[in-house]
Amino acid sequence: MKKIKLFPRAGSFAENKDLARDIRIKEIIPSLEKEEVTLDFTKVESATQSFVHALISDVIRIYGIEVLDRIFFKNCSDTIKKIISIVIDYMQERD
Amino acid sequence: MRIHLPNSAFLGNIDPFFRAFDSSNSKKLEITSNKKWISVHPVVLSMVAALGLKVGKSNVHCEKMEATSKHYFERMGLFSFLGIKSGINITKHEPAGRFIPLTQIKDSGELTKFITEMIPLLHLDPKQAEPIRYIVSELVRNVLEHSQSKFGAILSAQYYKRSNTIRIGIADTGIGIKQSINMSHSASTDLEAIKLALTPGITGTTRREGGTEYNAGAGLFFIKSIAKVNRDFFILYSGTAMYKLLKSGQEKQHIQLYADPSRDRHSEDVDIPYWNGTIVGIDISLDSTKEFSILLDLIRDTYVKTIKERKKARYRRPRFI
Repeated sequence: MKKIKLFPRAGSFAENKDLARDIRIKEIIPSLEKEEVTLDFTKVESATQSFVHALISDVIRIYGIEVLDRIFFKNCSDTIKKIISIVIDYMQERD
Repeated sequence: MRIHLPNSAFLGNIDPFFRAFDSSNSKKLEITSNKKWISVHPVVLSMVAALGLKVGKSNVHCEKMEATSKHYFERMGLFSFLGIKSGINITKHEPAGRFIPLTQIKDSGELTKFITEMIPLLHLDPKQAEPIRYIVSELVRNVLEHSQSKFGAILSAQYYKRSNTIRIGIADTGIGIKQSINMSHSASTDLEAIKLALTPGITGTTRREGGTEYNAGAGLFFIKSIAKVNRDFFILYSGTAMYKLLKSGQEKQHIQLYADPSRDRHSEDVDIPYWNGTIVGIDISLDSTKEFSILLDLIRDTYVKTIKERKKARYRRPRFI
């Protein structure tokens, strides 16, 4: 299982979506090709919807919603859990 | 262009200020001001500074400010933005707990640095800081991604002790909402474009539901929702139109979020002087700041319901004849 720690790069408020896109393209997607992925939000207090969207929406688009059986969200604050849920909800309802 | 700094211009009474803005002759900027006292929302400062940057320092003429409150404008950095020696001497105190002076943000790295430094300046507790950094991040990123302005976003903010409110103003002199949203949609007026931009799931980058890998079209809906839940003002001005979210009454315990901004208690204007770009102003009352996580529950319900309804509206059954 590949573990990706977000705090060292995103800080306590994860809002830089350029960074989120980099993490998705360079780490999440290549890792998912061969193993499960854990996104570790330890010490990240909050995030924007834009950050979470740039981090995971295309992963769902590429692999389908079943990818959620292979990607895990660790140590999320309440705010982050809710923002991830919003993004996953609307990605499931998309065209 | 001519702009007059009035005696008072806050989001509740800002309409006459916008209407008095003369946007003709876009190469020059002339600034006049009330002679006695000027008390204005930070969005006014951000607008004037953004215009000053656009026309260039040599094309700005600012009438000598006489108002007793002129020191405020010096401290907020307005004259420095405009390249004007005001002759006003001030003793600079530590800004912590009071204001964020005019700041220009031109790229993503500058924004991240700014947000890190901003919260200590405003001396907020974590519950109060959460929506404010969220708003600033999403609004400035909108400017950086969609405005195509080489000057980026101009931002300022002020804490008002009496009302216990943070007021934030962000201005850009880019392409404006209509041109940006019409890259994928077909808004015929500035107001229609503003309303589309406020609708969840609508972005200028695609017509596709769910947005692109980089954009969902949710940012402005989130911000309008934060303002609505906290019963605060929020304005969006672009081209010749302004949308103003009005304060909801305190008597209503249960607040309903709407995907369609026309259903919110608001005012709109479609015939104000042309602003080449976008202006956003918001007030955040710290007394009524709701838990951010409660707000997210409301947003989630509204967002998903909206997308389902749009999907249902597009669904076509075969017609057997």
